[in-house]
Amino acid sequence: MHDFLAQINYDVWVLPALLLIPLAGTLLLLLTGAFSGDDGSLEAAPGARWIALVAFVLEFVVSMGLWWSYDPAGARWQATFDHWWIVPWNARLSMGIDGISLMMVLLTTVIMPLTVLGSWTSIRTKVRSYYALMLVLTTGMLGVFVARDMLFFYVMWEIMLVPMYFIIGIWGGERRIYASIKFFIYTTAGSLLMLVGILYLWNVSASPALGLGQTFDYDRLLGIAHTHKAALWLFGAFFLAFAVKVPMFPFHTWLPDAHTEAPTAGSVILAAIMLKMGTYGFLRFAIPLFPSAAMTPWVRSTILTLAVIGIIYGALVAMVQPDFKKLVAYSSVSHLGFVMLGIFALTVQSVQGAMIVMISHGISTGALFLLIGMLYERRHTRLIEAYGGIASVVPLFATLLVIVSFSSIGLPSTNGFVGEFLVLIGSFRTHPYFVLFATTGVIFAAAYLLWAIQRILFHALDKPENEHITDLNARELTMMAVLVAGIFWIGLYPQPILRRMETSSARFVQLVESGQASMRTAERGTR
Amino acid sequence: MLQDLAAVDTHALAATAARYVGLLPLIPLAGFLVNGALSLIPAYTMGPGDPSAAGHDHDGAAAARAHAVDHAEQSGATGDDHHAVARHPYAAVASVVGPLVLVLSFALAVAIWLAMASAGEMRTPYVQRFFDWMVTGDLKIAWAFQVDQLSMIMVLVITGVGMLIHIFSIGYMGDDPGYPRFFAYLNLFVAFMLVLVLGASYPVVFVGWEGVGLCSYLLIGFWFSDKANAYAGKKAFIVNRIGDVGFLLGMFLLFANVGTLDFTGVAASASSLGYDSALVTTICLFFFLGCVGKSAQLPLYVWLPDAMAGPTPVSALIHAATMVTAGVYLIARSGFLFAMSPTACITVAVVGTLTALFAATIGLKQWDIKKVLAYSTISQLGYMFMGVGAGAYAAGMFHLVTHAFFKALLFLGSGSVIFAMHRAYHHTGSHEDAQDMRNMGGLRKYMPITFVLMWIATLSIAGVPPFSGFFSKDGILGAVFARAQHGALADATWLGMPGSAVLYVLYVLGLVTAFLTAIYMTRLMLYTFHGPNRTGEAEQAHLAEAPWSMTGPLVVLGVLSAAGGWLDLPAALPLGPVGVLEKWLDPVVGAATAAVAGSAGEAVTSTEYFLIGAAVVIAILGIVVAVARLKPALLVPKRDALPSHGFEHVLEEKYYVDEIYDDAIVRPLVSGSRNVLWTGIDRGIIDSLLVNGSAVLARGFGWIGSQLQSGETGAYAWAIAIGALAVLGAFTFR
Amino acid sequence: MISEALFFSAVLFTIGVVGVLTRRNAIIIFMCVELMLNAVNLSFIALSRLHGSANGQVFVLFVMTIAAAEAAVGLAIIISIFRHHKSVDLRNINLLKG
Repeated sequence: MHDFLAQINYDVWVLPALLLIPLAGTLLLLLTGAFSGDDGSLEAAPGARWIALVAFVLEFVVSMGLWWSYDPAGARWQATFDHWWIVPWNARLSMGIDGISLMMVLLTTVIMPLTVLGSWTSIRTKVRSYYALMLVLTTGMLGVFVARDMLFFYVMWEIMLVPMYFIIGIWGGERRIYASIKFFIYTTAGSLLMLVGILYLWNVSASPALGLGQTFDYDRLLGIAHTHKAALWLFGAFFLAFAVKVPMFPFHTWLPDAHTEAPTAGSVILAAIMLKMGTYGFLRFAIPLFPSAAMTPWVRSTILTLAVIGIIYGALVAMVQPDFKKLVAYSSVSHLGFVMLGIFALTVQSVQGAMIVMISHGISTGALFLLIGMLYERRHTRLIEAYGGIASVVPLFATLLVIVSFSSIGLPSTNGFVGEFLVLIGSFRTHPYFVLFATTGVIFAAAYLLWAIQRILFHALDKPENEHITDLNARELTMMAVLVAGIFWIGLYPQPILRRMETSSARFVQLVESGQASMRTAERGTR
Repeated sequence: MLQDLAAVDTHALAATAARYVGLLPLIPLAGFLVNGALSLIPAYTMGPGDPSAAGHDHDGAAAARAHAVDHAEQSGATGDDHHAVARHPYAAVASVVGPLVLVLSFALAVAIWLAMASAGEMRTPYVQRFFDWMVTGDLKIAWAFQVDQLSMIMVLVITGVGMLIHIFSIGYMGDDPGYPRFFAYLNLFVAFMLVLVLGASYPVVFVGWEGVGLCSYLLIGFWFSDKANAYAGKKAFIVNRIGDVGFLLGMFLLFANVGTLDFTGVAASASSLGYDSALVTTICLFFFLGCVGKSAQLPLYVWLPDAMAGPTPVSALIHAATMVTAGVYLIARSGFLFAMSPTACITVAVVGTLTALFAATIGLKQWDIKKVLAYSTISQLGYMFMGVGAGAYAAGMFHLVTHAFFKALLFLGSGSVIFAMHRAYHHTGSHEDAQDMRNMGGLRKYMPITFVLMWIATLSIAGVPPFSGFFSKDGILGAVFARAQHGALADATWLGMPGSAVLYVLYVLGLVTAFLTAIYMTRLMLYTFHGPNRTGEAEQAHLAEAPWSMTGPLVVLGVLSAAGGWLDLPAALPLGPVGVLEKWLDPVVGAATAAVAGSAGEAVTSTEYFLIGAAVVIAILGIVVAVARLKPALLVPKRDALPSHGFEHVLEEKYYVDEIYDDAIVRPLVSGSRNVLWTGIDRGIIDSLLVNGSAVLARGFGWIGSQLQSGETGAYAWAIAIGALAVLGAFTFR
Repeated sequence: MISEALFFSAVLFTIGVVGVLTRRNAIIIFMCVELMLNAVNLSFIALSRLHGSANGQVFVLFVMTIAAAEAAVGLAIIISIFRHHKSVDLRNINLLKG
């Protein structure tokens, strides 16, 4: 595999190719739309979804090479790509991956084909536009994960919002307009301050000593030492952008609406990938750029407190949701709380665990949303109370829902456990009391999901309209099979993933700790 | 890692059957996959088909439909074929695969055991490492199994008793539409249970620990169309999870302070935690919290009685013989930790004793035959904790083994009874409760084999010599008495009280519990098998012994219950080789036992005879009192029974603990989440006030601005003019 | 000479402003705007002469061109408004309000 990849110069072209393939697919969809003149309904344009599927599968195949080409012991940035962009500002199309980006990129390319399959029959109007938006969205998301230039990162960050805004607003549920506007304004409000922060960084980045002008280059910005006050303000600006995206309590209320109103694929993408942008942002930007601010005791304990509140609060609120999609949305708040706990606890295990939770939340919650979508397609309701006893009608569906739920609950031997366990055991070393509370989250996780699946699958089959729900078909089983395989693979043998992320996670911890230390010595020096 | 491999290669078991230990859980797992695949092929009709489910209220359409069909078929029903309508099309395959994997596992377990026996005394465990699980930073957790004397005892019990119960299930569950599903869950349970006892580190044990919880959840809710069953399953899992938090926190503390979670590693460096330090006590108590959940001790026992909603073989295997004893196993396994904390040891013993007594009192007044056995299980588990808490790990494990025999027998026997009762009621189309003892009585006549076997088990659990329960219970009580006299626990203080006094009290309470045990078990036997029959005139004709596939396993268990005591005879009663089990377990728990017991030797023989005498007298007294006081002839069937009063009613209602938990914890939590957190904070404060509030604010400013935009061109012209003048003026007169 | 020209320009401009501010008929307002433009033109020419520079006159030519274009577009709009509303009273036309 390595030889083959070297032979085709894989590392040189892979990242731009990953960004361009979806755009090519978009172009193809728009061209066929321009020349066909139909209304773009599923009946009129059945080929659109095939174009999207082929593009996403191609994307997946191309990205898989990264799994082998990435060398954990190698350079910090791999598969790098660098090209001029906006010359006067020194902004460049600068990309690269490390262990953390690698996993996020692969998660994206694995989930995206599944979302096409999940939309296969449920999206019936304007299908070309729909799939074109999905493809653009993919470019944006991958761009965020591979960007090494802050302006490039920011542009990609904002580009993601637009397709998702339309996906929710056009193909969403009844309150889709409210949800899409809320989603857009909430996240933009957060990210605009980040833009200010990025511009500030650009402004102070000139290095007369080296004869270099201002830059957006991540690695060079990383080396800048800020005064503590400036660092705090900058961290605050970045924090807001990422905390909204995570979403951390109390910035989470856009999520239940967006999740509930989005079409199935939209919910899956939101949960599986877009929420990870926030935590990725903390790992890549907010904390390493301003370690002294992020690790200021009061900042750190505030964020940890919010994370633990999120874990318990999300679970408790999830427990009482009448709408299954909302329940899963609040459960995301809870799961992402574990990620934040892991990141801010700052040990190798907790950061590795946070990464695993990010991946496995993508798989499990994505699977949950897909399953709800399948049920919704058949019965057109997401209310838990509309079901009951359907396990005897749809055994395959029931089996899969139970498996996925237990993975989300964190049953050992599934992915959910590995992530939560690593987060908790790692965090316990630095913050035992936070972990004491966070661990109780596993009780509530069991409570809300078991209660929900019990009311959907079990009890008597007492509603006649549920008696003729059809079980899953081959297409639905295919996508679930991929996710279930992921659930058990990560649950039983996460080592290949952990090994690839290890250096990057350790470097993150070490970078932040040394940044903190140097800040401390600097302060001591000035005193 | 290399050292591990080297150690494994030179181990006495390296070249024996023990190297296939990985197959032990894999064989049942394969059975799970086969049966699970079969179960996805739907049966003709879904719905509860089990005898013991018929006593419950079926409020669901599916259940009602199943019954309707049953009754329609009834006229044409022939002989035993009482659920012809619901039989699964691939039931025959499941009947072979389900029990067969257990037979294979048991055979492998025996082979490994023989290898161990022939290898001579083995002081170090045989650890087989398969592959890394979670290795990052200095955390190193591998999938590894540990074969030693302790885990083999458990493996033999699980596969042996499990095999018998699987065979019993062929007859008991044969006509259930979910038959392959039942075997799938049961096989999966055995696989996880084997992981639990074989795991070489705490996290691997935890995989089994939660995995058996999953199977318990699935099996309790096996007849999920009944709301109560589904609730019971969920309750079991959630209550167990409360305990699991303790297990997790114990692991976290251990890792943070010792740096490893392997049993061998922790055992080697446990002394660094400091003898009787707050740290080691906290660790032990966290682990004990896990045990309290899994083994249904106070205050987390509430799930186990409800778990009786599952099919009776499940109650026998999971909720009596194996899973619920996992807590005892864990403490025995962690003996090296508990031995360092007398405080934790006494806590374990106190909780165990109180649970034993508490559950026994509830058992006195239950009418549901399975509920009596459920509370009896809780009570006996309390005994085991009394034993391991007192540092008598071998005695605790001994009681675990004998309890697995006689309690499995009791449950399967009651399953036989329920099977017969249900079949009888089914023939007449009656909807009486097949599990209520008030509807039984005089079954001796109809089910003589079950009757005899159940009496053996009853005498055993009551502690009458020479049945197995006598020896194991005596071992525990004797150990508690000995620890009260001298040793680390006697010298320790517990909550300001001298350990010695606490242990004497525990010993007395243990005797009281033994007395109560004899009473409620005799009561169960009297009401079920003796006196006149209350089932009903028409039904009596159909009461009969179950088929041999079900009675056969009972007979085997009967032999084991009667003779199990010979596994570990006390020195005072040398009826054969003395202390076999204790010697066998010595390499694993010997050091911990010695640390707790202190250097002093055996108890004085005269004292020992006195203790044995007291236990025997108490047991026989209990039986006599029960026979003298209880009059089965005066009982009336359930439908005619009057409500009880006073303390009796409190006992019948189980001290209202479920209601208290419900009102004090569950309801406030749910309504607080709904009304305070969700509607109050989430939708009220955050979403309405802050989020939409700022939207409203922005819109308000926008409205004010828009009012300037009147659309009147004239007004705009004036505004321009005035503005221009103002600018001019500002420049002119500044 | 220059002061008279500027005075006249100012008077003309003021008349235009007052007309724009007070009248409601679109045609009249339009005329008043033209008046203002031409007042400005007058100033340009006068000042151009004063400074002896052609720049002011160039501007006047620009203004006249634009005024012609504006007259064409503006009158077209007014006519279409009249067709629609049967009136050119601006009080009735306030569609562009917030």
